[in-house]
Amino acid sequence: MGTDTNIVVYFAHLDIERSVINRTLSKAVRDLPNVNFRDLHELYPDFFIDVATEQAILRDADLIVFQHPIYWYAAPAIFKHFLDTVLLHGFAYGPGGTALQGKDFLLAVSTGAPAEEYGPDGIHHYPFEELIRPVEQTARFCGMRFLPPLVLHGGHNLTQDLIEAHATKYRRFLEEYRPANTRQEQM
Amino acid sequence: MNEHSLLFNVFVYLLAAVIAVPISKRLGFGAVLGYLLAGIIIGPWGLSLIREAEDILHFAEFGVVLLLFAIGLELNPRRLWTMRKPILGLGGAQVVVTALILIGIEMAFGLTGSVALVAAMGLSLSSTAMALQLLMEKNLLSTPAGHSGFSVLLFQDIAVIPMLAVIPLLGASAVDAATTGFDWAGLLEAVGVIVLIVVGGRFALRPVLRLIAATGLREVFTAFALLLVIGTALLMQTVGMSMALGSFLAGVLLAESEYRHALETDIEPFKGLLLGLFFIAVGMSIDFGILLRDPLLIIGLALGLVAIKAVILYLLGRLYGLPVRQLPLFALVLSQGGEFAFVLFGVAQTAGVLPTAINDTLVVTVALSMLTTPLLMVIHDKLIEPRLDHAPAPPMDEMEDKGHPVIIAGFGRFGQIVGRLLHANGIDATVLEHDPNHIETLRRFRFKVFYGDASRLDLLRAAGAESAKVLVVAIDEREGAIRLIELVRENFPHLQIISRAWDVAHAFELLEAGVHVYERETFEGALKLGEEALKRLGFTTWRAKQAAHRFRAHDEETLHELYKHYHEDFDVRVNISANARESIRETMQADEDILSAQADQDWHETATDKSQDK
Repeated sequence: MGTDTNIVVYFAHLDIERSVINRTLSKAVRDLPNVNFRDLHELYPDFFIDVATEQAILRDADLIVFQHPIYWYAAPAIFKHFLDTVLLHGFAYGPGGTALQGKDFLLAVSTGAPAEEYGPDGIHHYPFEELIRPVEQTARFCGMRFLPPLVLHGGHNLTQDLIEAHATKYRRFLEEYRPANTRQEQM
Repeated sequence: MNEHSLLFNVFVYLLAAVIAVPISKRLGFGAVLGYLLAGIIIGPWGLSLIREAEDILHFAEFGVVLLLFAIGLELNPRRLWTMRKPILGLGGAQVVVTALILIGIEMAFGLTGSVALVAAMGLSLSSTAMALQLLMEKNLLSTPAGHSGFSVLLFQDIAVIPMLAVIPLLGASAVDAATTGFDWAGLLEAVGVIVLIVVGGRFALRPVLRLIAATGLREVFTAFALLLVIGTALLMQTVGMSMALGSFLAGVLLAESEYRHALETDIEPFKGLLLGLFFIAVGMSIDFGILLRDPLLIIGLALGLVAIKAVILYLLGRLYGLPVRQLPLFALVLSQGGEFAFVLFGVAQTAGVLPTAINDTLVVTVALSMLTTPLLMVIHDKLIEPRLDHAPAPPMDEMEDKGHPVIIAGFGRFGQIVGRLLHANGIDATVLEHDPNHIETLRRFRFKVFYGDASRLDLLRAAGAESAKVLVVAIDEREGAIRLIELVRENFPHLQIISRAWDVAHAFELLEAGVHVYERETFEGALKLGEEALKRLGFTTWRAKQAAHRFRAHDEETLHELYKHYHEDFDVRVNISANARESIRETMQADEDILSAQADQDWHETATDKSQDK
């Protein structure tokens, strides 16, 4: 594994003490040597995000992961606040705003309802990919590649084995991750 | 040699202890054996530096009294009540079974009725001082074996009372006793004294302790603590009951009071020294003359006694369901004869029940058996324990060391807020406060508060600093906080120390002393008020909050920077600090410019207008 590969995982959960899925997922990846695991609620309980620090971390990363449960078809509020305060004009977009260009972006999320509920016949009505369009477009707008999300559906009724299997898949993905060729060629 | 001055005797005791105990400990035999050997060496059969072994033994028995007082302090009535089964069941069985079997064996040796009975009663008792001291030294009191051992010892302490009571009825003077009939007046007196202790301890002691504590003179408090124990012991003695039991009772009654830790720590050095003296006295009183006359018989008796008691204890412990790997410890730690045997035999001899020759033999046997216990403990630790199956012992809740995870030092207007937050979240804290008036108020709010100066090592230990995780330093004395933190860093390095700081200078001193986290006591409150002021000058609530956040971040950064130069010249620091003040302003201004460039200038005005319209 190339140690020059930099991954930052941003994480938030409102009730991590009682979350089985996200605790398992976090445990699976937070000790990887090239992963900077950042629990946003732990770092910024007052929502006062250190913009300069986070911008520097984002600049250095090859892969940016947002790991969280889906609340109301979106991430926990602090993620939105993170986007609003860190991905500023002149940093992530606009003139000179090229800091995130060419990076990879991965969504690692979990939902309560099973996959079949995401569709015209399900209680959530829309396919899951439609519901996460705003994140996808945010990544694209900043010049990042939006990788296929790692989604664990049906969190309300999962066996520990299934959760572990998903956690292993998540870990392996981060372990085997290499920055896209285009960037290596640039260097 | 009677003209030996008191000071000279004290000098000899201390010297012997100071030399023998560390050597014994270093060799792995523990302190008790060291004291015993010191006693043998300075006693009539050693260097013969001291002759009055018996007087000393009587005096030093007060160490046992203090020991039981200290143990009583650890056991509140509720916990004592939960222990009634092991005390009566296991303790009762131990005394009765051991005494019966010993009577049988003694008959085989040709001892008759009443002599056999007295000898068996005395020998069935173990040494509270020895067993508890060993258990405490090894920190085993909270294990199942320690717990059961304590229960047995407690039963024995209570059993001494009826044993002492029947001796006169057995003796040559039995005829007189029979004519006067049962001593109803004596019984009434005894019950009266116990009632007096219970009622007085329950209702009168706390107010009195408060009055004494309010004087602020530590030595008066110590004097009162000793007075209390001695007074109780004397009271019990006058009605012919065990002094140790009386002081134990007094201890139990004070176990729930906030002065518990202070009493404990004040008694501690006296208890330690007197117990040491007690063991020295036991060592001195071993009559090697008798031993040398018939060494095989005496050694055989001592070893036989230990073996019989250990086997009975082992089997009873097993019957009682003690974990198998704890059984050897339980059996061995209680296998010796005890100090109550000396008392019992003494009384019996005076009453004419026990012939002098037999008394002497028994006393030497008991003393020798006490010598075996520290050695048996070494054998247990080195040879038996490692071979046992190391299944985890089941948790004991009754005698467990119930240390709270948090200690709050100082419970004034600062510490209280911390305590209330913890309490609201179901976390109990042990609170140390040195203002007795304060304590009284707090008790009304049902906080568990202890009286004492937190920067005393012994008090911290008594408050459970060994097992706590966090220490909150909230005392309202700058120097005291520093002293406390230095003390704790040195003695309890595992404790996380979080402390209240007066100002920046104090914060730096705290950091130097090794604090983990500090909080300037006025900072958050003042910042909040500053935020309010900004709001009243037209900032939106959100912007005022952001301004406060930014200010805090910059300020903390500056402090961090300043602390790096802490060891440099004062002038250098003044310079840095002045520059920092300017730079905070500039940085904040720059932040503000970026913000306002993006902000809609009209937004704020419309927002306030709207809110005024409503």
